[in-house]
Amino acid sequence: MRLLIKNGRVIDPASNVDETLDILIDRGKIVKINPKIEVNGSKIIDASRLVVAPGFIDMHVHLREPGQEDKETIKTGSLAAAKGGFTSIACMPNTAPVNDSRGITEFIISEAKRNAVVNILPIAAVTRGLCGEEITDMTDLRNAGAIAFSDDGHPIENSLVMRRALEYSRLLDALIIDHCEDRKLSAGGIMHEGITSLKLGIKAIPASSEEILVARDIVLAKETKAKVHIAHLSVKGAVDLLKFAKQQDIKITAEVTPHHLFLTDASLESFDTNLKVNPPLRSEQDVEALIDAIKEGWIDAFATDHAPHTPDEKDVELDKAPFGINGLETAVPLLLDKLVNKNILPLDKFVAMISTNPARILGLENKGKISVGTDADLTILKLQKDVIVDTNQFFSKSRNSPFNGWKLKGAPVMTIVGGKIVHS
Amino acid sequence: MPFDHKHLLGIEPLSKLDILTILDTAESFVEISTREVKKVPTLRGKTIVNLFFEPSTRTRCSFELAAKRLSADIVNFNKQFSSVVKGETLKDTVLNLEAMQSDAIIIRHACPGAPHYISAFCRSHIINAGDGAHEHPTQALLDAFTIRQKKKNLEGLKIVIVGDILHSRVARSNIFLLNKMGAEVVCVGPPALLPEEFKEFGIAFDYTLDRAIRGADVIMMLRIQLERQQKNLFPSIREYRDLFSLTPKRFRRAKRNAIIMHPGPINRGVEISANLVDSAKSVILQQVENGIAVRMAVLYLLLGGKERETTD
Repeated sequence: MRLLIKNGRVIDPASNVDETLDILIDRGKIVKINPKIEVNGSKIIDASRLVVAPGFIDMHVHLREPGQEDKETIKTGSLAAAKGGFTSIACMPNTAPVNDSRGITEFIISEAKRNAVVNILPIAAVTRGLCGEEITDMTDLRNAGAIAFSDDGHPIENSLVMRRALEYSRLLDALIIDHCEDRKLSAGGIMHEGITSLKLGIKAIPASSEEILVARDIVLAKETKAKVHIAHLSVKGAVDLLKFAKQQDIKITAEVTPHHLFLTDASLESFDTNLKVNPPLRSEQDVEALIDAIKEGWIDAFATDHAPHTPDEKDVELDKAPFGINGLETAVPLLLDKLVNKNILPLDKFVAMISTNPARILGLENKGKISVGTDADLTILKLQKDVIVDTNQFFSKSRNSPFNGWKLKGAPVMTIVGGKIVHS
Repeated sequence: MPFDHKHLLGIEPLSKLDILTILDTAESFVEISTREVKKVPTLRGKTIVNLFFEPSTRTRCSFELAAKRLSADIVNFNKQFSSVVKGETLKDTVLNLEAMQSDAIIIRHACPGAPHYISAFCRSHIINAGDGAHEHPTQALLDAFTIRQKKKNLEGLKIVIVGDILHSRVARSNIFLLNKMGAEVVCVGPPALLPEEFKEFGIAFDYTLDRAIRGADVIMMLRIQLERQQKNLFPSIREYRDLFSLTPKRFRRAKRNAIIMHPGPINRGVEISANLVDSAKSVILQQVENGIAVRMAVLYLLLGGKERETTD
């Protein structure tokens, strides 16, 4: 069935397009883009006063399946993604069992085929069992469908192991995503080390714990010429290191999450466990540095680090609560409200960071752009739509969002994956 | 004097007037503990739970006696013999105790914010008896009460707090309280236990005790936990003692009428010389004694009289 999207403001950073265009979709692909398309027998979507963007890609999601289906499943996570405006999501390997073998990667892909409404891109482990010791069979995993490699949540402490993984990744031109945290420095930490942690007497995670591993990864990326992606950048020092690396043409990319942009460590005065996340919410100065880096184009991508946890797991004292924020259904409204609608970030730059760039980083050739022949993955936005975050309305199985009750302007109104409307 | 709080979660949310109200109320309770029959019927029929998840001698007994001297019924919860060891959560533990119609819960817990967390779903008045390294409000109140006994007024006094400031809930509550009351606070300790950012809380800090102690009215020594040494927060007890222990020689640099305080438990001969502990300059046992009156005041202000609309 053909789909015709009429009169939308089409934004495609890949081709530098920002104009009112019609888009014709047939059999899952974009087949025609023109100021005016008239065809018979196609379903028509009136996108007047709406923005039509290449489908959003979240390269950092935890879907919890297999093993922790009480928190999320591939199905519910994909529904949450579709509602949040994402057409593709990359899921981290810290499932139970860990995605470190072909069997698990294939399981995720087959579950996704059966149950998911968006594209599910499994990220496989860099090391077996996420133990940081022996690297996985990367070629086999890649052939099974792994899009990238990461030990997310379990930083590879041994620099030699990291170097070996990077060396080997060149065989596949594979991307390695690193969660940068020196666990010796952050041991036992619950929140960012700063005035608030001192005031509250809470064990803290210093900025240096992130900076040291970012610095190491830059050095190793330079040495091995491998592709490294820094997950959830959160401190000013790491931003400075990223700039330094990019100025030297080292192959390194980085992402930032909405919660690290719109919340600070000071919010922990409420002791709300929904604010407990790793890396932790940082200081106002860090937030400023991240926003400046976004404006200046140093940070490549927005990613949610969607980390669902059940209400019971979060309904405990702060020390006991697991780290993580539920992000898929709030990210786009937050970024539209706080950055785009406040004129901090132009719309095309926003789309680049949430679609074009993640597609490029992950090597998705037919995604992240709107041109004839590419996959018909589209996200349609209404910039002036008022929304109130209500965790009870989440499609995600979990509710752990610190943004509950926030009033935001700007939201996705339709998500199209492979020419199919998966949310509207 | 109004005291418009449902809970006592910390010193930080209190005003100067709130603090004075508690201290003045405590004055009137001192005498009860000196009577032959050490009991008044003020809180008869009230049920109080002592919910201690960490070991305690002074605070637990002091709260228990304070409750008993006001004729309240008090239940002591013992973590080791409770269902917590079977994995029952803090929330379920508290909800079950509340189902037994508790009026107040006195909680000590290793996690900062644990009292704040339970106050969100409890009917009972919550009293923080120490939450991790965060606050220990009744300790700061009894310290203030003791200083006032000796020095009349807190304003303008130079108070030196020495030791492991970083991990100390006593230090934090005292810093908040003494600041509100207009005292000058100087903190002293090794750098890893006294981050420079503490000065954001309106204190001065010094790494040299010999210098900081000059002209001090009050010297408050904190217990140094011996296990900190294993984490390299300081190299050895020997060196710690050399630099930060209160010795008679160092004490002579303070004001002639300076007093020595310690929240206990003491490591005799480590952070403080044993003969200073037992000297006339030490008010350490008076702190303990005053703790009962101060806690009676807190229980009375929260639980006494008829229930009124309160906010916190």
